[in-house]
Amino acid sequence: MDMPDTVTAAEASLSGFLDGDYDDAVGYYTPGTPLVDTKAPDGPIAERWQNRKLEARLVNPSNRRKLSVIIVGTGLAGASAAATLGEAGYNVKAFCYQDSPRRAHSIAAQGGINAAKNYKEDGDSVHRLFYDTVKGGDYRSRESNVYRLAEVSTNIIDQCVAQGVPFAREYGGLLDNRSFGGVQVSRTFYARGQTGQQLLIGAYQALERQVAAGTVSTYTRHEMLELITVDDKARGIVARDMVTGEIQTHLADVVVLASGGYGNVFYLSTNAMGCNVTAAWRAHRKGAYMANPCYTQIHPTCIPVSGSHQSKLTLMSESLRNDGRIWVPKNQADCDKDPRDIPEEDRDYYLERIYPSFGNLVPRDIASRAAKNVCDEGRGVGPEVDGVRRGVYLDFASAIERLGEQGITEKYDNLFDMYERITGENPFEVPMRIYPAVHYVMGGLWVDYDLQSTIPGLFVTGEANFSDHGANRLGASALMQGLADGYFVLPHTIRDYLADGPFEEITEDHPAVVEARESVKGRIDHFLSVNGTRSVDSYHRELGNIMWEYCGMERTETGLKKAIDLIRSLKDDFYRNVKVLGGAETLNQSLEKAGRVADFFELGELMCIDALNRRESCGGHFRGESQTEDGEALRHDDEYAYVAAWEWAGEDSIPVLHKEDLVYTAIEMKQRSYK
Amino acid sequence: MKLTLKIWRQDGPTAEGAIHTYQLDDVSPDMSFLEMLDVLNEQLNAEGEEPIAFDSDCREGICGMCGLMINGDAHGPEVTTTCQLHMRSFSDGETITIEPWRSEAFPVLKDLVVDRSAFDRIIQQGGYISVNTGSAPEAHSVPVPRDDALRAFNVATCIGCGACVAACPNGSASLFMGAKITHLGELPQGQPERDSRVVNMVAQHDHEGFGGCTNIGACTAACPKEIPLDVISQLNKDLRTAIKHGH
Ligand SMILES: Cc1cc2nc3c(=O)[nH]c(=O)nc-3n(C[C@H](O)[C@H](O)[C@H](O)COP(=O)(O)OP(=O)(O)OC[C@H]3O[C@@H](n4cnc5c(N)ncnc54)[C@H](O)[C@@H]3O)c2cc1C
Ligand code: SF4
Ligand code: FES
Repeated sequence: MDMPDTVTAAEASLSGFLDGDYDDAVGYYTPGTPLVDTKAPDGPIAERWQNRKLEARLVNPSNRRKLSVIIVGTGLAGASAAATLGEAGYNVKAFCYQDSPRRAHSIAAQGGINAAKNYKEDGDSVHRLFYDTVKGGDYRSRESNVYRLAEVSTNIIDQCVAQGVPFAREYGGLLDNRSFGGVQVSRTFYARGQTGQQLLIGAYQALERQVAAGTVSTYTRHEMLELITVDDKARGIVARDMVTGEIQTHLADVVVLASGGYGNVFYLSTNAMGCNVTAAWRAHRKGAYMANPCYTQIHPTCIPVSGSHQSKLTLMSESLRNDGRIWVPKNQADCDKDPRDIPEEDRDYYLERIYPSFGNLVPRDIASRAAKNVCDEGRGVGPEVDGVRRGVYLDFASAIERLGEQGITEKYDNLFDMYERITGENPFEVPMRIYPAVHYVMGGLWVDYDLQSTIPGLFVTGEANFSDHGANRLGASALMQGLADGYFVLPHTIRDYLADGPFEEITEDHPAVVEARESVKGRIDHFLSVNGTRSVDSYHRELGNIMWEYCGMERTETGLKKAIDLIRSLKDDFYRNVKVLGGAETLNQSLEKAGRVADFFELGELMCIDALNRRESCGGHFRGESQTEDGEALRHDDEYAYVAAWEWAGEDSIPVLHKEDLVYTAIEMKQRSYK
Repeated sequence: MKLTLKIWRQDGPTAEGAIHTYQLDDVSPDMSFLEMLDVLNEQLNAEGEEPIAFDSDCREGICGMCGLMINGDAHGPEVTTTCQLHMRSFSDGETITIEPWRSEAFPVLKDLVVDRSAFDRIIQQGGYISVNTGSAPEAHSVPVPRDDALRAFNVATCIGCGACVAACPNGSASLFMGAKITHLGELPQGQPERDSRVVNMVAQHDHEGFGGCTNIGACTAACPKEIPLDVISQLNKDLRTAIKHGH
């Protein structure tokens, strides 16, 4: 076996890297020391969080005003934390790149939020939510974090209702629930197809209330471009005022990244145009480990790609799978027929056929791959893109018969409108056409039980961290996680860190601050001075194609190695040939994009290396080399039951891999089965 | 299809602006309006002219970031957001005029981008229910009649885009404000602060330079979320009650 230049075979085998039969990523990384202390308390799982809260030191109310917190991001994870820490009396600065905190991408979440309220008396409990989430994540998440998530889920609903979030209600005035993929109880709270919007408006209003109270200041249209570390602790950020172009430094005692997910590395995704990895990646380059970056969620129900002009993809909420039935024609010859003319016996409701007990409600990773498989077989529907029809039907005919158009409208109103607006087809008349698209990333910055990264004083919440969803996130649990982190977890754990204050005063002329500011200016000057021939978008699109092709729904050793080569040379070309017009001291959207795409190149490469290293299939990560005879994902718990936490080793070095072993005490690891 | 685009360009907040004319070929009816502008921007970049600045983020009609005056209509000819408008609503050979929101309270920052932070400042003055994290009672302790919850939801769908202001000849933000007053006023949780909320939000609205409402109804016609005009009656009613209560 070839070994990387930087490690000897002896070193590698000492660190356990040659235990398995394969090491596909040899030469692409350096083995590092294992991560052992996750700060997860011992003891029975149901008592851990109570114990941690008790242990966390307190900060005297009169000292809180003197302690400062920077929060990057005002989505569910950031706005909830900013409001709560403001209420507690800390001095908070909250940043977002949009023109208002209310526009964070959490606003786009449609389907709902989980909570173990058991209002339906259908056997739900904290333990069951915990179990479903760990199983749904294909046993690749940290059990103590997930248990805590399930535990605080019920408080979230109470908090949101008190804020005036208009959840759907039953005739008696009590809250309604629906079910989501991968579970058999009804625990999802929702506000029609706009749950994220309503939850975010609740958090945003709580945040603005603190702005009026003087505890929080908001910095909108400000983009974080660098993390400032002093004596290895996070002490601030460099941000660009996106209107004036001014490069500012903001210093604080602690920094929280709630900057969302990086699905836009694929160019086409259901994320907003501005979603990026820059905040997280800059922190990674300063020492924060990046965990499981290859775990990507490809959502099964999105509107298919219609042409090369496409700037983003649109999700049709998974909740539609409650009432819609997914099918393709049994025979290729029927694929271009009007679906209404295809009789029942010629339709293949393939999810109901392959997975009789979960049917259309199998988890996302399974539904997505099944759609890809039937399209690969040539049974897809809709227009051909590159010679293949990439679409399957999501059919509401029987639900319309059962509930009437009115019933469907009440449940899904805006989703049906949105579909018609985008495709020009009315889903009340013809079945929707859907296809999987990149939607969410389970990977993110590594955090311990306290949500603290490997840089002391840098906390990471929401989609930006890796912690709760393992290799696959269940529907309606990202909203739950964002709000759990921001309202109920971080405020306790950050308190313990801040109890060490007051911290040493740092000034703007501290060498580390100056260095961070100058490096940002240097990057901006570079982008503006290349004066090449290609637009930023054209690079982004090409990177996205590489990622989708080789690091998308199915990954193989050869494909990933090819992708890494392609990304490296594209990145090289980008730095020499990109064309960014306009100036630095003005609103300049091409310049903003250039910085984000530059970071996407480095992230994309690491995602491929991570995927290459993990020669098993788990959740959303499917390695062609690791499947059962009937094509289901095959995990290898003996070799890969660990979190892969990657350390940045410098511009010209390969990353270092640290492993955190996953140990389950409250749950038994099993192969998932939804059949 | 082929289009002639007349687009407002302005270098910065204090610069003079002007309409520039561009030709664009090969527009597909399946493109969204903003994808059409993306294509134009690629063309400009290739020709060495700085791309046109415009706002958008979710491109799903929910974040409220986008917003253009298209042939004089806020968000264009359909009842939707600019990002959800598709080119199939236009015809080959058409001339389309594109401008930013025009309102004293929304100054232009560059090209088609405006500053809507006044909306945040209105919310700061009472567009919330005061409940600290952790102090909420069990969610089922207060049932909310389904119809009230539905009405609250229907107006809570406001995305804060500002089209109502841009469409109003007086530049009033009454629809935006009325939507928030009605959302929180329909719910039992919103009652304790009902009087102070309306008084303080209206005061901030006037302070920001938004105009008064004279019941023209252009706001609701332009609103992509179809917020009904009666939220403004609710606003006025709540204001009168608050004044009666001595606020
Ligand atoms: C279309 C869609 C539908 C979804 N539906 C559901 C659902 O029904 N249920 C569910 O549970 N989950 C759903 N999800 C997932 C869920 O919405 C997200 O994972 C979650 O909202 C992320 O919240 P967040 O607070 O971590 O990040 P975000 O809401 O993405 O917020 C990120 C914040 O960081 C800021 N930011 C980012 N980078 C920078 C920077 N460099 N400088 C300054 N600020 C920065 C942004 O301005 C923003 O304020 C959906 C996701 C999508 C895309
Ligand atoms: S009321 Fe309508 S037009 Fe006005 S901000 Fe809200 S959504 Fe936009
Ligand atoms: S871009 Fe979000 S509403 Fe248009």
